[in-house]
Amino acid sequence: MKQALASIPLMLIALGAGLSAPYVLAADDTFTLVIKDHRFDPAQLDVPAGKKLKLLVKNLDTTPEEFESHDLKREKVIAGNGQATISIGPLKPGTYKFVGEYHEATAQGRIVAK
Amino acid sequence: MLATAIIVFREALEAALVVSIVLAATRGVIRRGLWVSGGVFGGLLGATAVAFFADVIAAAASGVGQELFNATVLFVAVIMLGWHNVWMSRHGRELASSLKSAGEAVRGGARPMRVLAAVVGVAVLREGSELVLFLYGVAASESGESSGMLTGALTGVGAGVAIGAALYLGLLRIPSSRLFTVTGWMILLLAAGMASQGAAFLVQADILPALGESVWDTTALVSDQGVAGRVLHTLIGYTPRPYGIQVVFYLVALGGILTLMKIVNRTRHTSSNAEAALNSSTTPQPSN
Repeated sequence: MKQALASIPLMLIALGAGLSAPYVLAADDTFTLVIKDHRFDPAQLDVPAGKKLKLLVKNLDTTPEEFESHDLKREKVIAGNGQATISIGPLKPGTYKFVGEYHEATAQGRIVAK
Repeated sequence: MLATAIIVFREALEAALVVSIVLAATRGVIRRGLWVSGGVFGGLLGATAVAFFADVIAAAASGVGQELFNATVLFVAVIMLGWHNVWMSRHGRELASSLKSAGEAVRGGARPMRVLAAVVGVAVLREGSELVLFLYGVAASESGESSGMLTGALTGVGAGVAIGAALYLGLLRIPSSRLFTVTGWMILLLAAGMASQGAAFLVQADILPALGESVWDTTALVSDQGVAGRVLHTLIGYTPRPYGIQVVFYLVALGGILTLMKIVNRTRHTSSNAEAALNSSTTPQPSN
């Protein structure tokens, strides 16, 4: 369908932009979060405020989890035994809560930006 | 079980609302139930595939594959919804009058029907992929949870469908003469909301600038956690704390589609005025 075909250039542009992203972000600080037994480790992450950052979330469980934070406005599914990078910031000083949506009761944490 | 129900409900609600609007907007079109069901089924198949390839997608495009995929799917839906409204601007009146005279059997609606079925499929695919992953996770872990998970999932879907059905029945109460106008507006807002959502994913992927972290903060009024917030989120694209770029995309989608609709509508009027002028001339014209 013509309509669907029209979206291909959009996709190509987005893909092109996505592929060029690492060259722009090369200098970001990366912080690692680990998901194990449906819990985040560490449960609190201290980060510098006012800078662009990257969160590397490693899922050591065999089942998928969804990192979700309304405070940070980020959501990302991470497959079991997988990992994902999430870019955040620059953050104003404060506390930003996040959860693992699939196991909200135990998977909770917060990022404190100073 | 409750946790499962809540998560399933959230995703099912969004898809159910899209289905309801599509069903209301296609009232009278032949076999629309079949088309919409096809869309749902196709969406579920797609969702399973996306869930299966979740780690591949996530790792793609230097780690922002998931955001790009979500944004693309959303923008495709925006284009399809926009196309539907533009098509209706051109042909809506013919469609509505043939619906009045012929009752249920309206053949003219086949093309927009296909497009709207695709919109349904895409909505189910987006929401469904997260669901499939979640349910797989629950099923794969604690064995004793299976029956609880099934009940929870069914409850969640049921609740989502119930709200969708309430919307659909509410829309059906609108007199046929106005129904297409109302659903046209709902589709317009649906599209604008999806454009805004797509923009948010591109900000998350660090491809678009945010242009302001939070143009307004109405979390205290309507948070996006509750049912009201999620319904408004789907129907009009409500976000309690939108990025500036989200507002831009929203207005551009809204303005863009409206402009195209007006242009097409004006063309239709011009050509039908010319036809009317021809037909009313005193010289006998051969009938078409």
